[in-house]
Amino acid sequence: MTTLDCHLQNFRQLDGDGPATVRVLRERALGRFAELGFPTTALEDWKYTNLASLAEHAFRLPDAEVPDEAAQLAAGARFGVGIELVFVNGRYAAALSSVAALPPGVLAGSLAEALRTHPELIEPHLGRYASFEHASESLTALNTAFVRDGACIYVPVGTALEVPVHCLYVSLARGDAIVTHPRTLIVAGEGSRVTVVEQYLGRGAYWTNAVTEAIVGAGAALAHHTVQREAEPATHVGVVAVEQAADSTFTSRAFSLGAALARTDIATRLGAPGAACTLQGLYVARGTQHVDHHTTIDHRQPRGRSRELYKGIMDGRATAVFNGKVFVRPHAQQSDAEQLNKNLLLSDDAQIDTKPQLEILADDVKCSHGATIGQLDDDAIFYLRARGLDAATARQMLIGAFANELIDPLEVAPLRAQLAADVAARLQAAVHPDGLALDRAPEGVQP
Amino acid sequence: MSGDVILQIENLHAQVGTTAILRGIDLIVRRGEVHAIMGPNGSGKSTLCNVLAGRDGYTVTAGRVLYDGQDLLAMAPEERARAGVFLAFQYPVEIPGVGNAYFLRTALNAVRKHRGLEPIDAMDFLTLVKAKMQSVDMDPKFLNRSVNEGFSGGEKKRNEILQMAVLEPTLAILDETDSGLDIDALRVVADGVNALRNDRHAVVAITHYQRLLNYLVPDVVHVLAGGRIVKSGDKQLASELEAVGYAPFEAAAGA
Repeated sequence: MTTLDCHLQNFRQLDGDGPATVRVLRERALGRFAELGFPTTALEDWKYTNLASLAEHAFRLPDAEVPDEAAQLAAGARFGVGIELVFVNGRYAAALSSVAALPPGVLAGSLAEALRTHPELIEPHLGRYASFEHASESLTALNTAFVRDGACIYVPVGTALEVPVHCLYVSLARGDAIVTHPRTLIVAGEGSRVTVVEQYLGRGAYWTNAVTEAIVGAGAALAHHTVQREAEPATHVGVVAVEQAADSTFTSRAFSLGAALARTDIATRLGAPGAACTLQGLYVARGTQHVDHHTTIDHRQPRGRSRELYKGIMDGRATAVFNGKVFVRPHAQQSDAEQLNKNLLLSDDAQIDTKPQLEILADDVKCSHGATIGQLDDDAIFYLRARGLDAATARQMLIGAFANELIDPLEVAPLRAQLAADVAARLQAAVHPDGLALDRAPEGVQP
Repeated sequence: MSGDVILQIENLHAQVGTTAILRGIDLIVRRGEVHAIMGPNGSGKSTLCNVLAGRDGYTVTAGRVLYDGQDLLAMAPEERARAGVFLAFQYPVEIPGVGNAYFLRTALNAVRKHRGLEPIDAMDFLTLVKAKMQSVDMDPKFLNRSVNEGFSGGEKKRNEILQMAVLEPTLAILDETDSGLDIDALRVVADGVNALRNDRHAVVAITHYQRLLNYLVPDVVHVLAGGRIVKSGDKQLASELEAVGYAPFEAAAGA
């Protein structure tokens, strides 16, 4: 039990600030985590992702200082437009953030601050959508136990926030492994519109255990992005839990590029008639990276529409997991669901476990799902080479095309540029391991 | 108008797996010439094209191919392309996500680099490619589409001819580019070939039907049967084939 002890001790180090309801929530969550412990591979939802080494490791909470390095990392990742909220090791760094003039009633800033100034707006939502009852959700319990700071985005009824809100979570570990529990709360009021980008990056060996909750009010539209570009030795576990009201629209775009081990759970409940969601994801893994996405789309009421496309590119000895659940409950007539997972394996040793899962309990529905796993198309490579492109360029062009389907449509232009460059750089390494063409034959030599 | 030998095929034998397809091809093509190679299904037409372009899966068991005096078979497919060999595919590949313009400019710059030229910039390329598109009767909107994705059969073939027009190969090999085309598209193909017709370039058009040769008058016509060229002649040979069919030639080849 020493593994849990370090987290329980960490908890005792914290002061008990915040509203009483939040203190109760934290205590309850800590209790739940103490009961459940870390998820193990005996759980169906964690079958392919083994957290044993994480569970055995003693993590400490980070210090409050903001190292210069954090400012440099943040500067390199900032969009330079819109609202940018920077968090260093879990704490809001006002000096690194920029909050432009906000429309009346909009909150976009530190969660700790919002809990002080507007508890009545936050308390009804915090901890309400990200469940931590089940054994598979124990890390959500752990995050909730440590709710202190994070991002809070509150957009009142009928308000459109035209600029994106960029939440930049920077982690820095020097020496000891640290853990941060970033929390993001998004409340999109009835008929509102908001775009949020959560970006995770850092340096060193650390563990990010993030939870995001969002409520999308009736007729509202939330465009949400998670961009996981954590440091190479880092571990990232992230949960996004969304509740959708009638005729709301939720668009989720998840990019997973960094970390040694990354797990992202995105779940949305179409809890009222006419709700629509689009879930898209791109994961790129190489070396010995492990990346796992679990998504849940829960059609609970009639006339829901969901579209899901996740694509993966795996090289080296990377392993990836995709598990997409689509539930259509008995009342959810005239639901329309499409789900697709496409994977590109660039090496013989890379691996994907994919499980698109459809559970339909209504009879008047339109649903489809599928998964593909493939290599680059040899005919296409030959076609490009027959026009003068060398084999490495041809491969790079084809891999890029596979990824661009999910990058090109991004509306936040700086994000699109950043991802295009980052994905290209990571894949360039995949095409030119050690500077050689993948064919492992010098140019011009007939195979 | 014949110039130096650009392509010299000597006793070429090739097989797919363990099946011998080409069984001793001899062919000499000079700059400035247009050759037609006609043959029935299974005579080895596509194998010849693929061997010349360097596709995997074909084993050359005997003979040699010289392109402009160089050992063509020792070159990688992209080196052949950069050196001026162009294969117009019988079945052009659809490549979702790769823009036609981007692809073509990358290809042109690979060829230009080989020729010691600076890369062409985006604006100059656009001017060039739009003019070429007009010549092959292609809507400029195809530039923004993915390579061949969702193109009709005729559009794909036009796209091949567009690539040929932009890359200006020394030796163009057309693998049944005429099959499945209507008269208008056929004329576009023929015009594209005729535009390359001068003392520097050469064309080898491989076809099943005589139809194309009405528009593209060849200097030499060869009959391919049983993996060998069994007869060569002038354009009259094509008409003769039209009249008697391939059967007598196949019998002669022992195919």
